[in-house]
Amino acid sequence: MPELTYREAVRDAMSQAMRRDDDVFIMGEDIAEMGGSMGVTQGMLEEFGPERVRNTPISEMAIVGAGVGAAISGMRPIVEIMYQDFTTLAMEQLVSQAAKHRYMSGGQIKVPLTVRTQGGAGWSPGAQHAQQLEAWFVHVPGLKVVFPSTPADVRGLLWTAIYDDNPVLVFEHRTLYGLKGEVPEKIEGIELAKGRVHREGDDVTVVATGRLVHEALNAAEQAEKEGISVEVWDPRTLQPLDEEGLVASVKKTNRCVVAHEAVVRMGWGAEVAALVQEKAFDYLDAPVERVGAKFTPIPFAPVMESFVIPHDKDVLAAVKRTVGRDAAG
Amino acid sequence: MVACRRVATLEEKGQVSSHERLKEFLHEMLLIRRFEEKVEERFRAGELPGFLHVCIGQEAVAVGVCRALEDGDVIASTHRAHGHTIAKGTHPNEVMAELYGKVEGCSHGYGGSMHLYDVERGNLGANAVVGGGLPAIVGAALAFHMRQEPRVAVAFFGDGATNIGTFHEALNLAQLWKVPAVFVCENNHYAESTPARQQLPIEDLTKRAEAFEMTALKVDGQDVEAVYETAKKAMKHAREGKGPVFLLAETYRLTGHYIGDPQVYRPKEEVRELRQAQDPITKLREKIQLSDEEWEAMDAEATKLAEDSVEFAKQGTDPKPEDALKNVYA
Repeated sequence: MPELTYREAVRDAMSQAMRRDDDVFIMGEDIAEMGGSMGVTQGMLEEFGPERVRNTPISEMAIVGAGVGAAISGMRPIVEIMYQDFTTLAMEQLVSQAAKHRYMSGGQIKVPLTVRTQGGAGWSPGAQHAQQLEAWFVHVPGLKVVFPSTPADVRGLLWTAIYDDNPVLVFEHRTLYGLKGEVPEKIEGIELAKGRVHREGDDVTVVATGRLVHEALNAAEQAEKEGISVEVWDPRTLQPLDEEGLVASVKKTNRCVVAHEAVVRMGWGAEVAALVQEKAFDYLDAPVERVGAKFTPIPFAPVMESFVIPHDKDVLAAVKRTVGRDAAG
Repeated sequence: MVACRRVATLEEKGQVSSHERLKEFLHEMLLIRRFEEKVEERFRAGELPGFLHVCIGQEAVAVGVCRALEDGDVIASTHRAHGHTIAKGTHPNEVMAELYGKVEGCSHGYGGSMHLYDVERGNLGANAVVGGGLPAIVGAALAFHMRQEPRVAVAFFGDGATNIGTFHEALNLAQLWKVPAVFVCENNHYAESTPARQQLPIEDLTKRAEAFEMTALKVDGQDVEAVYETAKKAMKHAREGKGPVFLLAETYRLTGHYIGDPQVYRPKEEVRELRQAQDPITKLREKIQLSDEEWEAMDAEATKLAEDSVEFAKQGTDPKPEDALKNVYA
């Protein structure tokens, strides 16, 4: 199996779709000559030309809205929003346009739009370039949300997103772009709403997204040394959610920790905690633990930033709490 | 669904005199007027849910622009959508049924007055977020441009929308990419209740388009012939790949912002005077010197269509409550 970085995997999915279908094209800020601010689209202008690799003005509303209009008119646009912080500028177009056209039209319209964006802390970008806002969009009927954590997943899920007839937001994590991993020889879509067990375990299920999948895997290794068997389960798609997979894992381990980089308050973890108590209450041996960022904007100074966002040690501490061990470690 | 009954276009059958064409326009404008009056009446009778905006006074813009379109062209409308929708070819029955929340409605009861869609006839939807539909029209035009289809995408919006970010971002992008879009600004001089002097620092809104070096045309929106001729020019320009056009139609809303609007923000005389001087239907009737006999026949037909639409809607099917769960995703 070939090995790709997460960044190459994103590019590969888009490029293969564009080779296959003329109606797939990309647009966004700095994606042409510059190859994207994260280098994701490097080389695509050369291969596909400026008609299909469209540099845009700094106009998030217009970019997303034009994506909506082109999608309604039979194209499969892929829009890049440089930082997910900037999705807030396009909120109306995402929430009241992309998500609602099909519904408001009584099913006359399809909006096969893919919106890619990235973000995340850990490299001192400061408060306006590091937010994790994926949960906001899970709250909007009509949108789909994916949050892949590995090269294979981002390639397969982005492929599915491009060919889905609904607006799909794909959240990429800034710190994962250099991550290498094997991908299948032939590209194929990964079904939405199918979680993935990254590591099997018996004592606690850690439900983790994005960067926290990798933090959870570190925490699981450390826990193993202390005799705690941790299962790491990655939903991969936040909407629609693989409820069955989630509940099955928790029923097996009887404990659940949910970990994401976004702030804990009103975060996606709250939804998981609620679902688990609704569907597996009798199986729980401990309260569901939540791990996430402290309730502050993301600070600049590296020591403060590191203090605010969650790490493997925070996941490990939560795991230990669920099994009644000293959480101080 | 009932079949489309657009008022028969003699033009499509071959040669037609300008007089005949104007009679057609009058008929269609009158149909929209009688429809809107019926909407007001049924709303006040408590039959229509939600809240409603009628386009009485602005019919000439809807008809003049939509008649300048060709098959395959698309529009996006606004919260004041009934006129555009009928002018784009949706049968009044389907529009009225939507206002009653019926399955037979043009959005099958999911949209309502502010979200009238008819994709088959090129209506990509009415938007209740002011300016919200403009970027999508750029995107539709972009799709036509990329596929090299000779089609035009048209956005309707009001003067109030020229103050919102989507307007500026959409016009900028459209002009930058020279996509076949036409931006029709219906300047009725009020953003809801707020008069132009309280919301617009400039009088001539074409300046906003000219700032992007976009071709801007201005027309008396109460003169349907002028609207039609100017819109034809705009569509030709866009269709020939010369870039988007901003079409400013100066018009007047002869009623409140919504049905029941007490209009405390303008003197009663203003509306009275406008109704006397700026009714596009009266103007056209005088212009073509329609005989009383012809007028009465035309009015009777328009009135009947409006009345029939209410009957059609009332006999329509209520959606099942659980149908609300459908159409969230494709």
